[in-house]
Amino acid sequence: MKVIIPSPLLSYTGQEKEVEVGGSTIAELLDELNRRYPGIRFRMIDEQDAIRPHMRIFVNGEQVWNINTPLQPSDEIYILQALSGG
Amino acid sequence: MPTTKKTAKKKPTGAKAASGSVALLIATKKGGFIFTSDAKRREWKIRGPIFLGHIAHHILLDPRDRRTMLMAAKTGHLGPTVFRSTDLGKKWKEATKPPAFPKAPEGEKGLVVDHVFWLTPGHPSEPKVWYAGTSPQGLFRSLDAGDTWEPVSGFNNHPMRFAWTGSGQDGTPDGPKMHSINIDPRDPNHMYLGMSSGGVFESKDRGANWHPLNSGCVADFLPDPNTEYGHDPHCVRLHPAAPDILYQQNHCGIYRMDRKEGRWTRIGENMPKAVGDIGFPMVVHPRDPETVWVFPMDGTQVWPRTSPGGKPAVYRTSNAGKKWQRLDNGLPRDQAWVTVFRQAMTADAHHPVGIYFGTTGGEVWASLNEGDKWTCIARNLPHIYAVEAAELGK
Repeated sequence: MKVIIPSPLLSYTGQEKEVEVGGSTIAELLDELNRRYPGIRFRMIDEQDAIRPHMRIFVNGEQVWNINTPLQPSDEIYILQALSGG
Repeated sequence: MPTTKKTAKKKPTGAKAASGSVALLIATKKGGFIFTSDAKRREWKIRGPIFLGHIAHHILLDPRDRRTMLMAAKTGHLGPTVFRSTDLGKKWKEATKPPAFPKAPEGEKGLVVDHVFWLTPGHPSEPKVWYAGTSPQGLFRSLDAGDTWEPVSGFNNHPMRFAWTGSGQDGTPDGPKMHSINIDPRDPNHMYLGMSSGGVFESKDRGANWHPLNSGCVADFLPDPNTEYGHDPHCVRLHPAAPDILYQQNHCGIYRMDRKEGRWTRIGENMPKAVGDIGFPMVVHPRDPETVWVFPMDGTQVWPRTSPGGKPAVYRTSNAGKKWQRLDNGLPRDQAWVTVFRQAMTADAHHPVGIYFGTTGGEVWASLNEGDKWTCIARNLPHIYAVEAAELGK
């Protein structure tokens, strides 16, 4: 399925803004993403499997809060950096 | 009028003084910088920013191989990590497994590393060992030169850890921190660490067990100022040439301990009363156990954390705190409302010793004569968190 990568993580994907990754849950998708781009998962997800405070994950436009959320092959995943700064 | 009385430098004793070029590894709120000097330490080349936009808390060169560098970093949005270089900072690669607490059992709340705050190379007999201290307070060890990190469960799972460290609200405005990891040069099993808050702790079995080491140190912000733990050491240094001598710049003053006595003595009470003895950094002389440098800040009332009166100065003692000398020749005379963070002042190993500090206002200052005269070697860097000197040799 298509995964949109936010600009702070493009250094991991070789500047690819869209990547195709499989998985039956967000967790599996993140594991596959991490196998392909080592280190990317921990920058988004903490060691307790929580999405980090300033990261957001959307599935088909709906925000998800839990990485155990199931996925369908046709889903489109947006990983975003929250609007916050200083 | 500031005093700048010049004093004769003590001749080096013990370890031989270094010579040749020096690197300054500068960690800032917006990335890292590497300054490299010529052999006389008078000209500086600046390389950077490295990882622009990352919050770099600490950068160190491994003194055991003089090639490996580690940088503790995160961004405002992305999680914490450690970057590694094996060619003196030219190319960098992320650690395969950065410091992280274990995943908690289902239904329990686990700890989360917010940032890696402090890095310390291990004992010379363990050439690939490194230690890291995190926010919140956690201790981690790498056995492969910083590529993979494991929790030191002797501290992180200690039954007293929560009592020692308190909650997330018992730390600095930027979060509670473990820092000042010191390894006894005579024994890799003997370690000290500092925590803000928590206090100073010691292990004699390579981190398997820990006990508080705060006797004599005041915690005047607590109901019981003579508590066993809960103190706020800002920076703790073991003297490399006399490893039973410890110094600390604490939230409540400047202290010294002879470990054989096991009790901290406040040596900051001999500082000028108008300046006080509050500050962040503590720098020890590489060879003389009685000479240290501090950088006082305003710790009155709401804690402005600026130079007292807007007049920055380094203070040096050459007799273990009996007398202190103000060293501000070359520094701004007034309206300089900066301070120097706990990792942001350092010494090289030359004779005379070079002293360097970086300010919250992004300036780097150097003294080639142990603080007698200061020169600004860089301006307009981001807010500086850490400055570490590394000997590159000739």
